[in-house]
Amino acid sequence: MSFMGYERPDGSVGVRNYILVMAVAQCLEPVAQKIAASVEGAVAITQHYTCLLAGNETILHTLVGVGQNPNVAAVLVVGMGCESMNAELVGKRIAESGKPVEWIVCQDLGGTRPTISRGKEILSRMVNYARGCSRKEFPDAKLIIGLKCGGSDTTMGLAANPAIGVAVDMIVDAGGSAFLIEPIEAVGAEQVLTRRAVNEEVARQIRQMVANEEKRFRVSGCEIEFMCQGNIDGGLTTIEEKSLGAIHKSGTRPIQGVLEFSQRRLQKVPGPGFYLQDGTHYDNMAFSIMAAAGAQIIVFSTGRGATLGHAIVPMIHVCSHPQTYQKMAEDMDINAGTIIEGKESITEVGKRIFAEIKEVASGKLTKAEEFGYNTFSVYWRDPRLDTLLGITSK
Amino acid sequence: MKRAIRMHPHDNVVTALASLSAGEKVQVVSAAQEPLQILEANKEIPFGHKIALTKINPGDHILKYGEIIGIADQMIQPGDHVHIHNVESTRLQIPKEVKEREG
Repeated sequence: MSFMGYERPDGSVGVRNYILVMAVAQCLEPVAQKIAASVEGAVAITQHYTCLLAGNETILHTLVGVGQNPNVAAVLVVGMGCESMNAELVGKRIAESGKPVEWIVCQDLGGTRPTISRGKEILSRMVNYARGCSRKEFPDAKLIIGLKCGGSDTTMGLAANPAIGVAVDMIVDAGGSAFLIEPIEAVGAEQVLTRRAVNEEVARQIRQMVANEEKRFRVSGCEIEFMCQGNIDGGLTTIEEKSLGAIHKSGTRPIQGVLEFSQRRLQKVPGPGFYLQDGTHYDNMAFSIMAAAGAQIIVFSTGRGATLGHAIVPMIHVCSHPQTYQKMAEDMDINAGTIIEGKESITEVGKRIFAEIKEVASGKLTKAEEFGYNTFSVYWRDPRLDTLLGITSK
Repeated sequence: MKRAIRMHPHDNVVTALASLSAGEKVQVVSAAQEPLQILEANKEIPFGHKIALTKINPGDHILKYGEIIGIADQMIQPGDHVHIHNVESTRLQIPKEVKEREG
């Protein structure tokens, strides 16, 4: 069993062949977009927090990890010149992966037009390099699949999520990797997750991750929403119910570890098996963390309906609600509503999801890719809040 | 007859697999789709929402998937709609603003 991917210099395998134009700060976003528009297969991203570094390391780790993601063939980093999180710093770290990386600085080049012009020159070389990369056959053991859900309702614990769990078990059994990023959606489900931990240390890490996230959402005197209106309209009553439905995505195999997301590091998926990722449940920000951790594809389940795409990681939408599927079929890659209707079993849909993952890995475009959904955002974990709440990263 | 699913034998709530009107009878099935019993909805239940299978006293756990999903904050009768108006989380409370939005 195999798929057709792109081998990268560090031995990782990509399923897409993007040239990434990364503006390290938002001031150069339009410049990055104009440079990227000059060649086919290039995508421009930036981050909208800050270019200041101390205290904002989670942003740096995300940008570096995204640049290193195997779906990216080559990277041009664009900077203004006065950033702390500057183009050279980001570029050099991405280059540790061995792929072609260059960086340009607007203040050195003398403004907008010379920067765009130099960027286009570099991209014309990079596009030749990317064209020279071709797909070849890799075993399923090379798959690294991220998992997330959104627009959740009560159908997801019955249909889409357990079906995704079947596909995840198939990936893990083939020697591949899968991981789930939804720390808040483990609140109330940690007893189920810790039973699957490979050892007591991993069980401790799971409890710690969940307890930390719970603290961040339970600050006395501060009302903060963690479940959307659609969740409640869809019949979900508490975070525990949402969590217990959400974790069905993770299948049944042992949990090998919790991947760290902190000022110190953003840990990549280190090997085969199933992992949990610390981070956030905010959709697109979570996708970027998973991209930085090495995800080639993200499988995304929804009940209410969703249209999400990420700049460099294809998104497979699995729809759990039969009526939502009828209404939004053009945005859904897999209909798991057949389980609710009693027309298909969880296992049958799980096998279809596994087959779809491999087709998308080999180049088939997802619905979100066909529509050009390619959002990029990063998540900043505020170290001041964690310090005040007494949260430590490990 | 419309169906409602009980995910685990320990559960005291079931999930409606179709929208129900008040007084409508529903076939309760197990996770493996075996018929278990007939239940009558005491009021309108939207698709995907929960119905009490048994009497649940204030302070009792609400069980779904065989796990605790919350705690009853008032008396719940078999056939009642079980949702944010009569259940509280044991972990994180939904902000008051959201509950009021729901009406």
